[in-house]
Amino acid sequence: MTADDRFPDTPAAPFPTPPETFIDGADREVTIAGYGDGPPADRETEFERLVEMYTTFDPEDRAQGIPPGREDRVRDWLEHLLIEDAVNLIAWIDASAAGHATLVPDVEEAYELAIFVHQDYQHAGIGKELIRCLLGEGARRGVERVWLTVERWNEVAISLYHAVGFETTNAESFEIEMGLRLDPSAD
Amino acid sequence: MKVLLGIGGSPDSFRALSTGLERARAAGDELTVAILENPESDVDPAEVEARVRDELKASAVDASVRRLSGDPGGALIKLAEAEHFDAIALGGGQESPMGKIRLGSIAEFVILNSSVTVILLR
Repeated sequence: MTADDRFPDTPAAPFPTPPETFIDGADREVTIAGYGDGPPADRETEFERLVEMYTTFDPEDRAQGIPPGREDRVRDWLEHLLIEDAVNLIAWIDASAAGHATLVPDVEEAYELAIFVHQDYQHAGIGKELIRCLLGEGARRGVERVWLTVERWNEVAISLYHAVGFETTNAESFEIEMGLRLDPSAD
Repeated sequence: MKVLLGIGGSPDSFRALSTGLERARAAGDELTVAILENPESDVDPAEVEARVRDELKASAVDASVRRLSGDPGGALIKLAEAEHFDAIALGGGQESPMGKIRLGSIAEFVILNSSVTVILLR
């Protein structure tokens, strides 16, 4: 398989960019903002709120080993994700991190996507807004190619990815690989 | 326990070798290391075998080394079944940039098709 088979030829339609505030399906006010731009006073506080989100995360919703199961590993993993070259957005409800979405660069200048919504806040449309804003922020920062893997039984996630324009590019393994092309020139 | 450890040259397969050797020493396993032709690996089987022999020497574990040709998963299962191994041990997958674990194609095939118990070493 060539590198280009991993991504559709045509870019997806433009996406909104953060910050964004909306009312979710359970009538809660949700604010989506980049890491460091959320309601908490500083990055350190945001980091700790994310640690709380992931240490109370239901193991049932882990995917391919993430988020990790112990606090020290959660901290290491977050430090690995919350870097300048990555794109990180957090969905806030009051001072709590309800969801987190991230684009992490690989060695081929494409970006791997992952998104998590805490169990207390699922089924209210937060994931969809969060992934749309993540892709919008990615395009704004020049990201062109995005990929992800998802376990083939995770139908909720797969339909979300399809809804925002991901196409299945490899279905030969335990996980399905999906790709999406962004148009960095769109605003 | 009679363990067949498959190694095809990927980084997780070398990690599995180290873990497998430690385990063999602690548990007294009878270990056979099978060098596989992994089409996804850049390291050729001769080089894999040389590294395996170095590690064995360093660890002072008495294990035998076998070279298997052809389809790696199929060859491993065939040997394990024919010679009545108790378990096949393999590397537990590589991490993506995100930290997601992705199993190698050999592990996927062996898990689904082996009648012998499969151990993924992490």
